[in-house]
Amino acid sequence: MSDARRFFVRVVALVTAILGINYVAWRWLFSVNWDAWWIAVPLVLAETYSLVDSLLFGMTVWRLKGRGEPPVPARDLTVDVFIATYNEPLDLVLDTARAAQRIAYPHRTWILDDGNRAELRARAEAEGIGWITRSADWADMPRHAKAGNLNNALSVTEGEFLLILDADMVPSPEILDRTLGYFEDERMGLVQTPQYFVNVPDHDPLGSQAPLFYGPIQEGKDGWNAAFFCGSNAVIRREALMQLGVARYAGEVEVGVHRALRTARSVIRKARKDLDADQVQVLGALEEIDYAIARARRDLDRGEALFDVTYRFQKRVATTRRELVDADLRTLNEDLAIIAGLDRVADDPDVSLATIDETALLQLADREWSPLGAVETVEALVRSIDVDRGGEAQPVMPMATISVTEDMATCMRLHGLGWRTAYHDEILAKGLAPEDLQTMLTQRLRWAQGTMQVMFRENPLVQKGLTLAQRLMYFATMWTYLSGFAALVYIAAPITYLTLGVLPVQALSTDFFVRLVPFLLVNQLLFFVVADGRPTWRGQQYSLALFPVWIRSFTSAFGNVFLGRSLDFAVTPKEKRAPTGHRWDLVKPQLVAMGLLVLALVAGAVRLALGEASPFGTVFNMVWVVFDLVVFSVIISAVRYRGFEPDTAPDSDLDASPPETASARPSDEGAA
Amino acid sequence: MIEFDVRTTDDGIGVVAPRGRLNMVAARQLRETLTGLVEGGTRRIVVDLAGTTFLDSSALGALVAGLKTARQAGGDLRIARPTESVMTVFRLTNMDKVLRARDDVESAFDV
Repeated sequence: MSDARRFFVRVVALVTAILGINYVAWRWLFSVNWDAWWIAVPLVLAETYSLVDSLLFGMTVWRLKGRGEPPVPARDLTVDVFIATYNEPLDLVLDTARAAQRIAYPHRTWILDDGNRAELRARAEAEGIGWITRSADWADMPRHAKAGNLNNALSVTEGEFLLILDADMVPSPEILDRTLGYFEDERMGLVQTPQYFVNVPDHDPLGSQAPLFYGPIQEGKDGWNAAFFCGSNAVIRREALMQLGVARYAGEVEVGVHRALRTARSVIRKARKDLDADQVQVLGALEEIDYAIARARRDLDRGEALFDVTYRFQKRVATTRRELVDADLRTLNEDLAIIAGLDRVADDPDVSLATIDETALLQLADREWSPLGAVETVEALVRSIDVDRGGEAQPVMPMATISVTEDMATCMRLHGLGWRTAYHDEILAKGLAPEDLQTMLTQRLRWAQGTMQVMFRENPLVQKGLTLAQRLMYFATMWTYLSGFAALVYIAAPITYLTLGVLPVQALSTDFFVRLVPFLLVNQLLFFVVADGRPTWRGQQYSLALFPVWIRSFTSAFGNVFLGRSLDFAVTPKEKRAPTGHRWDLVKPQLVAMGLLVLALVAGAVRLALGEASPFGTVFNMVWVVFDLVVFSVIISAVRYRGFEPDTAPDSDLDASPPETASARPSDEGAA
Repeated sequence: MIEFDVRTTDDGIGVVAPRGRLNMVAARQLRETLTGLVEGGTRRIVVDLAGTTFLDSSALGALVAGLKTARQAGGDLRIARPTESVMTVFRLTNMDKVLRARDDVESAFDV
């Protein structure tokens, strides 16, 4: 990174910010057509959204960090290479694993097989590749997808560093030699390298490559010590992850127990109300539990350690349970005595209850069998006043499980603990991108949902331990995913003018253009200089053209986080789909939008011919519509795309089974 | 290198004393030792850290895993006599706030 280039980028970013703020401030203060507020306000909001996007982009690239040649690593580090797989074709996984074995720096290679496939195990082990699947602890527990898979593997391996690879990401032999050196810095927790896809033609119809993200955007974030972890092609320091896992454990059990104690009183009260008055003993037990809860709360207030308090609490409840069972047994024995006293029953072998095995009766003392077990809400409450995380397979979960994409949340938490990350801008692993629209849409939706989940659950703006810049860097990526709402307005505004003649601004005056046009131009110039020859147009197109995906990600994540709804989460399909013809149905909202835009052009022309519209306003809005249509045209080529056909004779490996998989960030690519 | 001394007191409390560096390589061994004790019926365990010169987060994770196993069997795991450098690791993860280290092994289960 030359100083001259960094200086030039800063100048353009600064000018963009000044012109942008000048324009949007003027829009708010002087030019909103309040009479047509229903379109004027959405438009000025959308423009404000775009300004914030542009400012965050400018801030990102302000500190472009080019790391250049990486430091040479020490020779005695221990490394595990993890290849995460769920249902990908075995040949694909094994190809990656073999390439991983060929990595020059000493290491151990592991396939993390979430599909628990015997054949994959046999073939991997025959080649000396480690094979790991979920341990028995995970039976009937939340699996947490890839994060769970990695957490499981962390507990059975012991290397100081982990290289994480998706099943399709074939690493180059020097990947560790080029990345481990950064860990000379003992606070360095993670090094991310680009995700690059080999099965993508130059014109990249599905927007698979993310040249701006895996480049200036990550380098910019790196400058603020906020380089992102992107799930694959990254090396992580185990100590950082484990420290994160234990710290989260300590924090979460504390929060969990306090929350349980807060709700305890009302849970007990309700349980008591629901019981019949003649269940005297259970009522008595509830009384005792209530008392135990009060004591636990008091002990915690006195500053006693959480682990001791919860242990004593559990012991007390266990005593209560045992007393309940003893009472039941006494009743039962009395009944049996009465029965035994009746001669005719004693003669009947079928009713010889007295011969019941004592141990079977003692089973009643177990949680599930005790009479208290019937009061489920109270049992759940009691269980939650403990530190064993009984509802999870592992108490310590280093990889974050709050989101369907584990990477962003994990990285944010690492930064929160004070670990550093680095972005090394050199392609060291090559993978496969989706080759059909449906797979691509599923994948983008998943990423967007994951990002939105993190925004709702652990909003970066309020995370302790992060610097202000780090908060903004995380927030910037989330902000780009909100572009769907702005896109709706950018479609609706020119249509409104051309069909109804309603102008959301007070006038298309000189004032308007001298403020808007320079801003637009310099904003594009910023992209141009930052990109430094990398293609950016595809990313800009998709940031608008996938507006239904972005909107759905927002609404479904909102429903998931706040209303407890399912995300309809689907694993990105890895197998190539059977050709089913063009799937126009997948992009219906975009097609409707394009249809309306075209109709608006016609309506505008008619209104102009009839003398009902001003020529200048009509032409301006027509240009806007044509721009929208050009942006959306990417959707047409995406639907018509028939998969990757290499220009040269395909190499046999790829040709035999061209599976599909995915990894890359869509966001940030179109910060315009 | 690390060695684990394992003994059982007259009260039936298991005492595990790791001697040396308790790091990511030793973490699994520690976890297996703790699980083995619980499965053998020793549900109350004290981990005596007096001879532990170093402890990393992986080892801390193994302690937590052992604690979970003991708790779920109706017992508990206590730690005793950590050195100052080991306590630092507890502090970094806030474990010191929720888990109270005991001053000696014998009385670890008294309160």
